[in-house]
Amino acid sequence: MNGIIDLTAWQVALAYLFVLLVLAIVRMRGINREKEILISSVRMTLQLILVGYILVYLFDYPNPWLTAGIVLCMEAFAVYTVLNRFNDQLVKPLKYIIAIAMSAGTLACLAYFLLVVVRLTPWYAPQYFIPIAGMLIGNSMTGVVLGLKLLLDGMTTQKALVEEALILGATPRAASRNIINNAFDSAILPTINSMIGMGVVFLPGMMTGQILAGIAPITAIAYQIAIMLGILGAVALTVIIMLQLGYRTFFNQEDQLCSR
Amino acid sequence: MFEFIDVKFKEIIDLPALCFERKKITTLIGASGSGKTTILKMLNKMLSPTHGRIIYNHTDLRRINSVAHRRQVAMLSQNPAIFEGNIRENLLIGLKLQEKDLPGDDAVLGVMEQVKLNKPLDSPVYTLSGGEKQRLALGRILLLNPEVYLLDEPSAALDENTEEMIMQMVTGHVRKKNKTLVMVTHSKAIAEQYADTVIEIVSGRCFRRGENNERDH
Repeated sequence: MNGIIDLTAWQVALAYLFVLLVLAIVRMRGINREKEILISSVRMTLQLILVGYILVYLFDYPNPWLTAGIVLCMEAFAVYTVLNRFNDQLVKPLKYIIAIAMSAGTLACLAYFLLVVVRLTPWYAPQYFIPIAGMLIGNSMTGVVLGLKLLLDGMTTQKALVEEALILGATPRAASRNIINNAFDSAILPTINSMIGMGVVFLPGMMTGQILAGIAPITAIAYQIAIMLGILGAVALTVIIMLQLGYRTFFNQEDQLCSR
Repeated sequence: MFEFIDVKFKEIIDLPALCFERKKITTLIGASGSGKTTILKMLNKMLSPTHGRIIYNHTDLRRINSVAHRRQVAMLSQNPAIFEGNIRENLLIGLKLQEKDLPGDDAVLGVMEQVKLNKPLDSPVYTLSGGEKQRLALGRILLLNPEVYLLDEPSAALDENTEEMIMQMVTGHVRKKNKTLVMVTHSKAIAEQYADTVIEIVSGRCFRRGENNERDH
């Protein structure tokens, strides 16, 4: 088989059979999720069509400002998603820390990946910059959500132990050490698990996409290895910045636990 | 050693003047909810006054680093949290958290004897009763060897005989080592038997202060 098989709109529409299947299952089981399934399917379709047209424009007219703008929008959307998820539980300083951690962690890894690993020229080439930024930011967002959930849960369920450690003369950092380590561990575990299963249990989307688009499998694999390591670094860096700065918001200047 | 100047904490505490003397045993008595534990937590800097100031060794407590202060002024809560692991780990956790050198098993066993805990050091803490956990937490504080001991109902979960032994041990230890002890107790008898000064707290105010001048040190 040579060349790429183009999917017509009709062929894509056939894939919606899967949505109908899920709708039938939830209806039969009496699970009240039809609305969300429909909304998410339609939203995903519209978002991707819109992104498709934006990418066509960006690829035709590459511009550093436009590329940077798109990446900033991705960052903003990722931060908004995290904040929205935990809105009631976050104090203002923790919200700022999440934004700082997301931006610093992903942008540092993105810069290293594109400028040192891929050696991209020009640095803003959108066909590389945007999809790689998307993968780093998306995975980091998932990591931050997991890490934050465990930080918030830990500070609530283990409040007595944290307080006891403070009473015994621990610094807030030492008193929260177990909670921070546990949150970090849980946040990077999905990335580690996906690395373990990669190529054996499943073929990752990016690599599959490249192979479908006619790229030699070895080139696709080289990119996939590099991007997986980039994702691991970005998730770890983002989560550890968030945790190392974020735990402090649970304590006041007198090193006492704040009441929330 | 500690001097309260016009100290208030929310609606709970209102103490225009109160002091705790160095190298003395002071007991706080009063009904539940009268504010005794809040006073202890303010001495340990786990709480800060919402009004007024507390002077510690001639320095305003607000100007003293909280962590450094807690290492000098150790507190045993009424319901101390016990960490996962075994007895040894729990006894040593205070020293570990303070990043101090850990003593050998001889010192740890010595403390076990002081608090009348006759169990192997490797026993998991979930095998301990409420009273044993309280004594374990007391042992943890003794190993820290602080300048000031703040004990919140240290014998609440103990039977009468053990309570007597523990009170004798703690007060004897404090006097022998020239330390300061501030202790909350529900028992007026214990307060009067062991303390140099008994302070009765009623609704967050110092109701009565009694000196035990007949004590033979």
